[in-house]
Amino acid sequence: MCHYRLIMARTILPSLMLGIVSISTILSSCERDDVMIDIVKTQVTTPAYTDVEGFYLLNEGNMGGNKSTLDYFNAREGVYYKNIYAERNPNVVKELGDVGNDLLIYGSKLYAVINCSHKVEVMNVEDATRVTQIDIPNCRYAVGKDGYVYVSSYVGPVQVDPTAPKGAVFKVDTLSMEITGSVEVGYQPEEMTIIGNRLYVANSGGYRVPDYDNTISVIDLDNFTLSDVIMLDESANFHRLEHDRYGRLWLSSRGNYYGDMNSNLYVIDPVGKQIIKDMHMPVSDMWVDDNMLYVISAEWSYVTGKNTVSYAKIDMDNMEVVDRNIIKDGTDEKIKIPYGIAVDPVTKDIYVTDAKSYVVSGTLYCFDKDGICKWKQTAGQIPAHFAFKGNIAEE
Amino acid sequence: MKKLILAVLACTALWGNSTSYAICLPDDNTDDLFLDTVLVVKGVDVVATKRQEIISAQTISGVDLERLNSQSVADALRYFSGVQIKDYGGIGGIKTVNIRSMGTNHVGVFYNGVQLGNAQNGQVDLGRYSLENIEAISLYNGQKSNIFQSAKDFSTSSAIYITTKRPTFANGRNYQLIAEMKTGSFGLANPSVLVNYKLSDKVSLSASAEYTYANGKYRFRYRRLQLDGQVAYDTTAVRENGDVEALRAELGLYGLLNGGKWNINGYFYTSERGIPGAIVNNVFRRGERQWDKSAFGQGSFEKRINDWYELKLTGKFAWDYSNFLRDDPKELYLNNHYYQKEVYLSLANLFKLTDWWSLSAAIDGQLNSMDADLTDFAYPTRWTELAVVATAFDFGKIKAQASLLGTFIQESTRSRKTYTASANKKELSPAVFVNYRPWHNRDVEFYGFFKRIFRMPTFNDLYYTEIGNANLDPEYTYQYDLGLSVKKFLTHEFFDYVGIKADGYYNAVTNKIIAYPTGQQFRWTMINLGKVKIAGVEVAGDVASHVDKVDMKLHVQYTYQKARDYTDPEDSFYGDQIPYIPWHSLSVSYNANWKGWDLNYSFIYTGKRYNEQENIRFNYEPPWYTHDMSLSKSFTVGACNLKITGELNNIFNQAYEVIHNYPMPGRNFRIAVKLKI
Repeated sequence: MCHYRLIMARTILPSLMLGIVSISTILSSCERDDVMIDIVKTQVTTPAYTDVEGFYLLNEGNMGGNKSTLDYFNAREGVYYKNIYAERNPNVVKELGDVGNDLLIYGSKLYAVINCSHKVEVMNVEDATRVTQIDIPNCRYAVGKDGYVYVSSYVGPVQVDPTAPKGAVFKVDTLSMEITGSVEVGYQPEEMTIIGNRLYVANSGGYRVPDYDNTISVIDLDNFTLSDVIMLDESANFHRLEHDRYGRLWLSSRGNYYGDMNSNLYVIDPVGKQIIKDMHMPVSDMWVDDNMLYVISAEWSYVTGKNTVSYAKIDMDNMEVVDRNIIKDGTDEKIKIPYGIAVDPVTKDIYVTDAKSYVVSGTLYCFDKDGICKWKQTAGQIPAHFAFKGNIAEE
Repeated sequence: MKKLILAVLACTALWGNSTSYAICLPDDNTDDLFLDTVLVVKGVDVVATKRQEIISAQTISGVDLERLNSQSVADALRYFSGVQIKDYGGIGGIKTVNIRSMGTNHVGVFYNGVQLGNAQNGQVDLGRYSLENIEAISLYNGQKSNIFQSAKDFSTSSAIYITTKRPTFANGRNYQLIAEMKTGSFGLANPSVLVNYKLSDKVSLSASAEYTYANGKYRFRYRRLQLDGQVAYDTTAVRENGDVEALRAELGLYGLLNGGKWNINGYFYTSERGIPGAIVNNVFRRGERQWDKSAFGQGSFEKRINDWYELKLTGKFAWDYSNFLRDDPKELYLNNHYYQKEVYLSLANLFKLTDWWSLSAAIDGQLNSMDADLTDFAYPTRWTELAVVATAFDFGKIKAQASLLGTFIQESTRSRKTYTASANKKELSPAVFVNYRPWHNRDVEFYGFFKRIFRMPTFNDLYYTEIGNANLDPEYTYQYDLGLSVKKFLTHEFFDYVGIKADGYYNAVTNKIIAYPTGQQFRWTMINLGKVKIAGVEVAGDVASHVDKVDMKLHVQYTYQKARDYTDPEDSFYGDQIPYIPWHSLSVSYNANWKGWDLNYSFIYTGKRYNEQENIRFNYEPPWYTHDMSLSKSFTVGACNLKITGELNNIFNQAYEVIHNYPMPGRNFRIAVKLKI
């Protein structure tokens, strides 16, 4: 009996341990999950040969998710390349980053402003391979002019009151890729536009509820200093900013949450510092093509419990709405949250992204100039920002 | 994966000498914690006949709890079936539980019989409850199937009961002292002390205090391969801003009455911690910090008035404070303070009509209010009244319980802006529990339950500035469960006990409260839109055996869950597994005990999951598993008992994440010295 016990002691115990180890070995052998996510190519349309070679599309991704991705549409192949950054830049730790907020092609470089990664990713426009990254905290939007790229940021380098930080515009030399200066602007600055040697910045103050900012900062690019401030009493919480060929500013307000100030679009005289025209139109995103302004909007109403989606095409010359229904084939019924818009400068094809619920893959729609859907393609999370590549005259 | 599970089962069946084994610790010696004297004779509880729950809980208690390589209640819950822990990593990281995929807000956590509330977000951070003074942790699906309890005990979809140690005294002694010091990785310093004192034959006092400090630093690793297998990147960094400093103090008075008992408890907790945040490209360190203070006092009184009537009175007052600070030069400054208050009273009555039939009625009232220095905050106040009637039948082989809970809620707000309060709510919630024992020896049980219940939208859901939606309705759960339990105490050469428990269940969550896009700056509002169907199987097995003087226990649990989103066929994720629910999860723990030496080995596996709604590659979370081990030795020196424990966790230094972008610690250790007098 004793002998039997001993055998059991010698077999049971080790076999239990062996069992545990073997389970883990089996489980461990399943492991092969650490391979990067590669590019997915899809033929979405027939090849077309124009001066526009294609465009990059930046998907924002949700905050904390590190899911900002870059897609490329090659018009000359008619092929959509989904998620190109990781494969083209395999050595960048944790890929493109967290919340892509703007995309710019300037010169031979592609600039991706990655808000929550506090950096501007600089890539070669040809293949999206990395050139460098420029660390700018809480960066938002970028514009280029005369060899410099200007980046707006929610937080400037020097703060008088760190509990209510003022934003800044950073100046980046595109030869050295160094920051050469910064100018303090208003609260939580967003989009910028340049007319002549003046850079205009739309300030939002979006995080200062209910004390939204109601100013546009004006920077003199010759000596890179704040030269003026345009204050508007009628509105606040500014976001989008464009200009037309008559030197007028087109400014959007996000409105506020309570419904006593709606999202709106204004035409501003930057010299007289006043509103020329109130367009009475909500704006989520807008795109300038020639003298046309394309506008999309999604606005939530607590009264109806629904989002109201709207589209518009505006003739900027005479400041008149040309069309309130730029999608003509009923596809707009399927678009839940139109989030980004762009227009091909040659073919005038209209691109609209649907961010859906923000936490799922968005969809990119391509419409011809008459508003008929040509193709659509699943993009990344929150597809939003476009940059056309090719032989395109700069604004 | 199916093959894998089969392999595992086959393996374990072999060790069990082809006896099916499984588990749920022999719970007869652990339930009925409310009895002050529990005599345990070789695993058989002499008071087991007192048991009133007709579906037993999963319970870990006493020595088994001490043996686990666990710092907090959340760690210990990893060994239960059907439980998913959301763990943000480290000693200070938030740890919440989700039971059977219905969502964290559907889990009621009861501390010494009274629910821990959080009207703000409906979630209890179980990482803050250390195991130091805990006697038992029990998990009930549906509810504790005992009709003599507060209405609140009937009010959640599932419940975790945390019971602190009650004073026990060795013969002829009128005091007991337990002191412990732990140290180890993460710069941990964790002293604690527990003193019990017998004031009289009927009244004893228990006081405990615990201090925790950890710098929270640990190495983590991110590694990616290129398509051809070359290393794309492989980086190791140190987790920063994960420090925590906390102090907990508790005082309890426990009394016995003729045919009854009472207790009063005071609890105080204060902490400061860094919030390490998500690791994303170019951001490996963040600067958010949080301070918490929490205090509550609670008491209960329970008495058998006569042969057919018993009553129980319970009351609680709780105060909570939290301060969140983001002071990071890269981010927008934020400094918010939150205050919550809760007052709770309950009266439960039990009527024994006959030997086989009893009735109960309980009525509870609760007041919650919240203040915060958020812009345009709504300052909500919520009144909740709960009334329940329940009945229990005991026909020997068949036991059954049915309850009907009525919940009545009124809310008010005060605010400069036009915040309207949520409309009054009235809900009726039924539950039925049945247990069938075909043979008299109680070794085999079949059981099942049905329950419909809801959770209220939280204050954040309803009133959070710019996101909340006061028009929300409650979120409902429907639960159906069928189970089988077989247990057998043996007088075998080697095997002392085998037990297996298997459950199959189906749950539905409707009217689910989800964040919905608004297209505006703050993007979200909360709406009732969402439907999830959950089908699951849980199997747990235990084997206790001995070889010579080595006592061994093996516990294995496996859970399979399909938790799919059926909100809208138009959604790209229609029919997909909901976020962070693995299809497969498994844990194995093994213990061997010999002459005061105690060896533990445990293995925890969580299968692949997706971190967002769409089951696509971008949202894929790989499986993770950890191996933990501990060895301890007890000595008796005079009247003192001394125990030294060494723990090694994540032995193979696996790099893993439970929550996307929140890396978990690699290999880490802990040493503890415990003194009992």
